[in-house]
Amino acid sequence: MYGWLWRSLPGAAWVRVLMLLVLAVVVVAVCFEWLFPAIAPHMPFNDITVDD
Amino acid sequence: MSVRHRAPAVPRAGSGRTARAIGVLGELLITLGVLVALFVVWQLWWTDVVAARHQSEVLDGLGWAYQEPLNPPSAPSASAGTSPERHDAAPVDAEPADVGTTFATLRVPRWGADYVRTISEGTTRSDVLDVLGIGHYVRTAMPGGIGNFAVAGHRTTYNKPFNRVEELRVGDALVVQTADTWYVYTVTSTEIVRPDQVEVIAPVPGDPAAAPSQAQMTLTTCHPMYSARQRYVVHALLDHWLPVADGPPAEITGSA
Repeated sequence: MYGWLWRSLPGAAWVRVLMLLVLAVVVVAVCFEWLFPAIAPHMPFNDITVDD
Repeated sequence: MSVRHRAPAVPRAGSGRTARAIGVLGELLITLGVLVALFVVWQLWWTDVVAARHQSEVLDGLGWAYQEPLNPPSAPSASAGTSPERHDAAPVDAEPADVGTTFATLRVPRWGADYVRTISEGTTRSDVLDVLGIGHYVRTAMPGGIGNFAVAGHRTTYNKPFNRVEELRVGDALVVQTADTWYVYTVTSTEIVRPDQVEVIAPVPGDPAAAPSQAQMTLTTCHPMYSARQRYVVHALLDHWLPVADGPPAEITGSA
């Protein structure tokens, strides 16, 4: 998977490294901004209220 | 048995495909592990960063919230004789109609000189607890009201307003400010209950059928830390109140 990603990227090695770094930042940003906030309420910790 | 007979018939290219599939599966599992680690970082660190930024904006936006750090307790001043503390029936604001309306602040000297957090209407996580901090259980008493002013707050993550709840001792002050009034509650007891024990936020805590005659306050948060198995509950009783115009109470200024 990652081997295929590396091979299919164009340019010199440092260009590819740069592109992968940008990709990693995008993935982390998407996770922090949308994915994690969406799944956090379904996690079985962090409930702090008393209710029925 | 037939499977074993067929096994040698699989071409070598097929086993190469299997090896590739296992390789991809391994990379996917590693990726999943990294994502889980990222989630932990987000939950334990980033939610604090985001919530702290937002809540300090909300606090500043109120306009009336007193944010000066507490002064250390000092010797009684000359004006101590004319204390503006009031022990008669406290003025009580109407409960906000909308969930997410911030109507009060909480200061707890035990939790540090700079501890100032907002209290907002409602206890839904997405609208209040994860975003605005401390939430007021709807249809429980408002600050100063006869009954039980019940609030919930995170103990870990999301700027953790009740992080140091276990340090509270009987007699500690919980100081609530609204736009017009300071209310000073004194901690009377703490307890650890099951999440379904709603009687802790009843008008008379522990006795849902009883009619209240006192102005109480109750904090609920998770227990143990990083778990939702139980609830840590703090009960407090209104000690006195004073109009905002008469200045911060002695618990804040340290001139008690």
